[in-house]
Amino acid sequence: MFGLTIEQLAFIFRGAGWTIVLSLLGFVGGTLLGLPVALARASHNRGLNWLSGAFVQLIQGIPLPVIMFVVYFGISIGGYDVPALVAAGIAMTLYSSAYLGEIWRGCIQAVPKTQWEAGECLALTNTQRFVYVILPQALRIAVPPTVGFLVQIVKNTSYAVVIGFFDLTYSAKVINNSTFMPFTVFTIAALIYFAICFPMSALARRFERRLTRS
Amino acid sequence: MSYEFDFSFINDYMPDIWYGIWLSLGMTFVSIVPGFALGTGCAIGRLYGPPWVQRLVTIYVEGIRNTPLIIQVFWLFFGLAVLQIRVGPFPAAVIALVINVGAYTAEIMRAGFQSIPKGQLEAAACLALKPSQSLWSVQLPQAVERVYPALVSQFVLMMLATSIMSQISAEELTGVAYMIQSFTFRGFEVYLVIAAIYLAMACLLRLTLLGIAQVSFPRKRRLGTSL
Repeated sequence: MFGLTIEQLAFIFRGAGWTIVLSLLGFVGGTLLGLPVALARASHNRGLNWLSGAFVQLIQGIPLPVIMFVVYFGISIGGYDVPALVAAGIAMTLYSSAYLGEIWRGCIQAVPKTQWEAGECLALTNTQRFVYVILPQALRIAVPPTVGFLVQIVKNTSYAVVIGFFDLTYSAKVINNSTFMPFTVFTIAALIYFAICFPMSALARRFERRLTRS
Repeated sequence: MSYEFDFSFINDYMPDIWYGIWLSLGMTFVSIVPGFALGTGCAIGRLYGPPWVQRLVTIYVEGIRNTPLIIQVFWLFFGLAVLQIRVGPFPAAVIALVINVGAYTAEIMRAGFQSIPKGQLEAAACLALKPSQSLWSVQLPQAVERVYPALVSQFVLMMLATSIMSQISAEELTGVAYMIQSFTFRGFEVYLVIAAIYLAMACLLRLTLLGIAQVSFPRKRRLGTSL
């Protein structure tokens, strides 16, 4: 098919599977770490605010491939020999938590201040106010940009190729090296990425339109 | 766990590091202007062009924005090689960056054009400006001014993205880092240093681009509003 054997195509698709696995790892990890970052960024505690701000600036100022290398070599100097998936997963977690934290901070702060005041008037405690009043509203605002960022996560997992993680980009590169058909191979890889990313992009746009309408 | 940190490689490899920095920044600066021009052209085409242009631009923008840069780079670099077109890694990297950042800039600039109040267009029409004059002297400056912070972020991201160009043997900073660690076996230290350099470069690029804005947007300067 397209001048490639079934085995070669299957090899590329196996890479695509690992791309999805790494994306999920990055998103789950990014959510777990990104939520506290967002809360710290939005809080009025100056120390927490500064610390989380520094973390975000740090991660956003370093290219993801370099983060991957730092994590990869950082683990290995500890004397541990871990698979590339773990290193790539940690790097993706750090990366997406910084961006998701910043996105969600915006969503929390986009909830009108009167909502906080109303919560206070009803004698809710700080936690109650946040959980029952602010969070549900912030969550609604957060859906479109979060889905949009999922696209970034999927695309950026391709940088894991620098530490030799077997993903879609890696498998495509291997097949290209053995077949010398770059247009065919990388077009197939691009189409697979597109098939994963485009529906999410479209979904994010639809959510956004619905949000602005309401 | 006892690990002795050893940063002595910095002295030995300083010229290589400088060369890597120079190449990374070079790629970035060479790509900014053509990328911006391409993106602005696409934004105008998508907003005002005939239907076939609009469709073409949409396919280009969506195609680029939904696939990773590294696949685009491989496609271009290895593809050109098969077509017997000899381009060095540096030109190939720049072409890929321009095509990539053009698609993102197109979306940003489209938002910029759409955010211009209708009164401005009507005022331009009242002054008997031709559509091209209105576009060039009224809409473009205002659109750029409005979306400038987003453009700056995009270009900083592009600078960070140059770090994969060593995959096609354009030996920019990350490529130099890999070379150093393969000689010294000090991977962790090398990449810590490289990360710090990238951080400084990102800050520098952001400040430079914002500085350019302060000088080149007279209205902003007069009003004293910050970007």
